[in-house]
Amino acid sequence: MTFLHIAIFIPIIWAIIVKSLERFIHRLHIGWYVLPVPVFLFIYFLTYIPIIKGGDVHYSAMHLMHHFMMDFNLYIDGLSLLFALLITGIGSLVVLYSIGYLSQKEQLSHFYIYLLMFMTAMLGVVLSDNLLMLYLFWELTSISSFLLISFWNNRARSLYGAHKSMIITVFGGVMMLGGFIIIGNIAGTFNIHEIIPQFELIQSTPSIWIAIILILLGAFTKSAQFPFYIWLPDAMEAPTPVSAYLHSATMVKAGIYLVARLTPIFSFHDLWIYSVSFVGLITLVWASFNAVKQDDLKGVLAFSTVSQLGMIMSMLGLAAFGYNHGYNDAVFQVATVGAIFHLINHATFKGSLFMIVGIVDHETHTRSLKKLGGLMTLMPITTGIATVTALSMAGVPPFNGFLSKEMFINVMYMAMDAPNNGFNNFGIIFPILAIIGSIFTFIYSIMFVIKTFGGKLNKDDIPQVPHEAPWLMLTSPLILAVLVVFFGLFPNVLSETIIEPARNAMLHQSIEEHVHISMFHGVNKALISTIVIFIIGSILFYFLKSWIHLYDKHPEKLTLNYYYDRLLDFSSLIARKITQSYMTGFTRTYLVYLFSFLSGLTLFALVMKDIQYSLPKLGQITIVEITITLIIVISTTMIIIAKSRLFSIIMLSCVGYSMALFFVFFRAPDLALTQLAIETITTALFLICFYHLPKLSRHEEQRRFKIGNFIVAISVGLSVIAIGLLSLGNKTFDSISQYYIDNVYKLGAGENMVNVILVDFRGFDTLFETVVLAITGIGIYILVKLRLSKGGRRNEKTR
Amino acid sequence: MEILTIFLSGFLVAAAVYLMLSKSLIRIIIGTGLLSHGVHLMLLTMGGLKHGRVPVLTEGVKDYSDPLPQALILTAIVISFAVTAYFLVIAFRSYKELGTDNLEAMKGVHFDD
Repeated sequence: MTFLHIAIFIPIIWAIIVKSLERFIHRLHIGWYVLPVPVFLFIYFLTYIPIIKGGDVHYSAMHLMHHFMMDFNLYIDGLSLLFALLITGIGSLVVLYSIGYLSQKEQLSHFYIYLLMFMTAMLGVVLSDNLLMLYLFWELTSISSFLLISFWNNRARSLYGAHKSMIITVFGGVMMLGGFIIIGNIAGTFNIHEIIPQFELIQSTPSIWIAIILILLGAFTKSAQFPFYIWLPDAMEAPTPVSAYLHSATMVKAGIYLVARLTPIFSFHDLWIYSVSFVGLITLVWASFNAVKQDDLKGVLAFSTVSQLGMIMSMLGLAAFGYNHGYNDAVFQVATVGAIFHLINHATFKGSLFMIVGIVDHETHTRSLKKLGGLMTLMPITTGIATVTALSMAGVPPFNGFLSKEMFINVMYMAMDAPNNGFNNFGIIFPILAIIGSIFTFIYSIMFVIKTFGGKLNKDDIPQVPHEAPWLMLTSPLILAVLVVFFGLFPNVLSETIIEPARNAMLHQSIEEHVHISMFHGVNKALISTIVIFIIGSILFYFLKSWIHLYDKHPEKLTLNYYYDRLLDFSSLIARKITQSYMTGFTRTYLVYLFSFLSGLTLFALVMKDIQYSLPKLGQITIVEITITLIIVISTTMIIIAKSRLFSIIMLSCVGYSMALFFVFFRAPDLALTQLAIETITTALFLICFYHLPKLSRHEEQRRFKIGNFIVAISVGLSVIAIGLLSLGNKTFDSISQYYIDNVYKLGAGENMVNVILVDFRGFDTLFETVVLAITGIGIYILVKLRLSKGGRRNEKTR
Repeated sequence: MEILTIFLSGFLVAAAVYLMLSKSLIRIIIGTGLLSHGVHLMLLTMGGLKHGRVPVLTEGVKDYSDPLPQALILTAIVISFAVTAYFLVIAFRSYKELGTDNLEAMKGVHFDD
């Protein structure tokens, strides 16, 4: 255990401290007390950069449940450090922003507890080396995200969004756990850095595709890939700082982290390469296409996040493709660097854009693109930040989005030209999808800025006339916007410090070649494509009004949300139908289930087992016993067919007294005595009960013969007979009764063996049998005496 | 003899099941009474019937019938008596409170028996 282990838990510990000190804090916003935590952690993780840059990694092990191979091992290499810096860095900015965004009337301590819990979970995901620990933190991110989305839990939409994201991400998480367990069983360990050297073993396992599918389900659901992206737009009901933090910069990148982290293990498999790259590309195109039609600012950004995640994912798929064909493959180089670089860029510009939306919402009380417009003159700083970041998202130079977008398109051309891409002539599909996606990205980015800030201000439409936001809210997006410009102009600051170590981490070995990102590297296909994207995008945006109604032709029935809702309704309907079909509420039905199962099981056992049978010496039958048997049979039949209840009670006591006679003839005097006494009392009780029955009841009539009941009864009876005969014919060892017979006088000082067994050899039975009698006595007394009606009132009136 | 009692206890159990499947509460309780009779008979049969003398120590007798099943049945009789008595009082109270002994009528369903 090192300080790193504690560092992960600092946020959650701090949350508890802040909550317990809440009552002493009145004047200052709680956020100010929370802010030092992410800042401190950010600085702490910055100190790892020199180590990582030198090609070293930091590993600290801690045994947790070593027996189950679940160790709390932490591993810092380029990839995890990159994510840790994103989490703590953006986390600091988000906390700072939320101080301005959330008023002190809100449940602030809850908000910060969830947020800090999320921070711990996310740090755990990216720093854990153990797959099981990773899963643990993974689900903690789902839970804290659930809590944060439903922060305003008096709104139905928040609850719906939280529920949806919980179901989808937890579904993926559990699938992923299955994949982890398969991998862990093959490799004999759950530590990623012990699994990677065994990739040959994994490669030779034929059914490894199951694990790949399961793990990718986890990654795709978390990172909102097609078709699991549907939770993310609904998660926009969360407070905007949450959207900025979780649903753009950190949590949705957990899936990307997982894919990047496991690339050295799975990249050999075509399934991994093609599903990651194609699901990514489809997500990119589909989400960017859908982003254009959104009216809500956060809706645009949600779909934009999905599409950008798809873009990163597709680059990771091609990175795996390149990895499979050798480390020096050009595709691998560009794809890896592009993915990592865009990951950083997306976190910067998308975080900033969300905060801008939050400011606009805060100042005008609306997020609808139909109402907004003309905010440029009123909110110049906000406009400036929004323009810079949106242009970066569109991929316009000189911002950082341009550089990663260039790499992306470059990778797609390389994939098309790559000799073994497995697509022969269809490789052209890579750049085509990429260009289509980029065109729509360009359109919605421009639309975002112009519709919000350009045009005229319509004072009647918006609930509140805005003015420039306070500096408290502007600081965080401003810092991010500065980073956007800075990384755009000086990308190589990042390349050596963080991108190269991250690349080496994905490779799981260090390569010498340095990354060098430049703004302009000659006129090539990528540059021409970018220019084409700008031109087509501008034209399409100019004529947006004439084709936007095409979206209305997209029917409700073809959306994934429709099917998700139907699936939920359908499953609850089916579950209810099934339950209602067998849980009838009638005791008779349940008894039929029980008895049928009993006789069915007996029948099954009889058929399955071959039976050996040898009857022991049997007792002799005399005429007396046949007579008693006949009496019992006749009186039982009378009970069943009797018209009156009184008659059936008499017949029952007749059976009871015949039993006592049986006991006499079977040499059991104590039993006969007890049976006689008890039968008398029982009959008396029955008669009391009978006396109080409603006088004129239809039950006095003769009962109809029920064939169904009869069949069940006969089969149970036959089962009992079969079991009895079989056990009679299969005595495996002698009775232990000889011991009692021998020692009844010697040890027990008595001559009546049954009584000595009852009170001496097996006295405990008798003790508790007495307790049973006592309990029923008390119970009967209470039943008769205590008469509380529903309201707890003494109710003397009985019907 | 044992085969006869096995068949008899099977018959008792079948009759008990048939009664327990009916709707009237009192018939169900009668059914449980018959069921316990059937089970006691089966218990006794499994220990062997009519071998040896009454299990009371007597001078010069070596062969006794098995005392252990008898002890078990004695316990079982008392317990089933206690439970039956409790059931009966519950039935009695339900008549008093609900005015019916029909299980389905207690559930609020219109019965057609």
